Amino acid sequence: MSAPEAAASAQRRASVSIRHEDFDLSAEVAALREGIPAVGAVCAFVGTVRDRNEGASVATMELEHYPGMTEKAIEAMMEQAFARFDILGARVVHRVGLLQPQDQIVLVAVSSMHRGESFQACEFLMDYLKTQAPFWKKEVTPEGARWVDARVSDDAALSRWGIASGNA
Amino acid sequence: MQIEIRFFASLREALGLSSLSWQTEAGTVGALRDELVARGGVWAEVLARGRAVRASQDQVMASDATPLREGAEVAFFPPVTGG
Repeated sequence: MSAPEAAASAQRRASVSIRHEDFDLSAEVAALREGIPAVGAVCAFVGTVRDRNEGASVATMELEHYPGMTEKAIEAMMEQAFARFDILGARVVHRVGLLQPQDQIVLVAVSSMHRGESFQACEFLMDYLKTQAPFWKKEVTPEGARWVDARVSDDAALSRWGIASGNA
Repeated sequence: MQIEIRFFASLREALGLSSLSWQTEAGTVGALRDELVARGGVWAEVLARGRAVRASQDQVMASDATPLREGAEVAFFPPVTGG
């Protein structure tokens, strides 16, 4: 690692926010970049509420989580991302409570010197979050309220990174 | 030993309970689950072996083999579905 690279990695920033309120993508990305001139790439993923799932229309969605454990689980997955990828910053925002179709649910944003590491770390963090962070979705459909089932495909997505999930 | 047990999402709803102070003889998280199943009724149904139930101890994911700690906070919940 060259001296500028060492200086950049010492500046790394990581944060997680679990909350009811919406988030502003521009503001989140700006916070990730602010004062870190080594950043040359930012990759951000936003998950939103679909108006349909498993063949039924979705009127509203309620997100429950395990306060305390959620933050710990996401901080642990960020530690893994920093260990695996040459990234400078990572930010996760996840909303809880009652949401409507088209609402934003989750943000994962990652900054790095070059694009490849941001792309990879962003996908790694999402795959990890889908199967390891204690959130649960309940959706209201014309047939009534139902808890969303975990998907085996999410376990498969995490296994690409060499991590066994066993969630679904 | 004395522990605190918490339940989330569909388990919490089915049991009608979000937490429970519990005196246990179990040595592991898996044995604790079996102990709760042995209470019968809705407990046996919700925590039945063969149903997808995940667990944590002191807010870290746990497996059946995880040794129980005195005073621990153990939680049982369905597979996670965030993101």
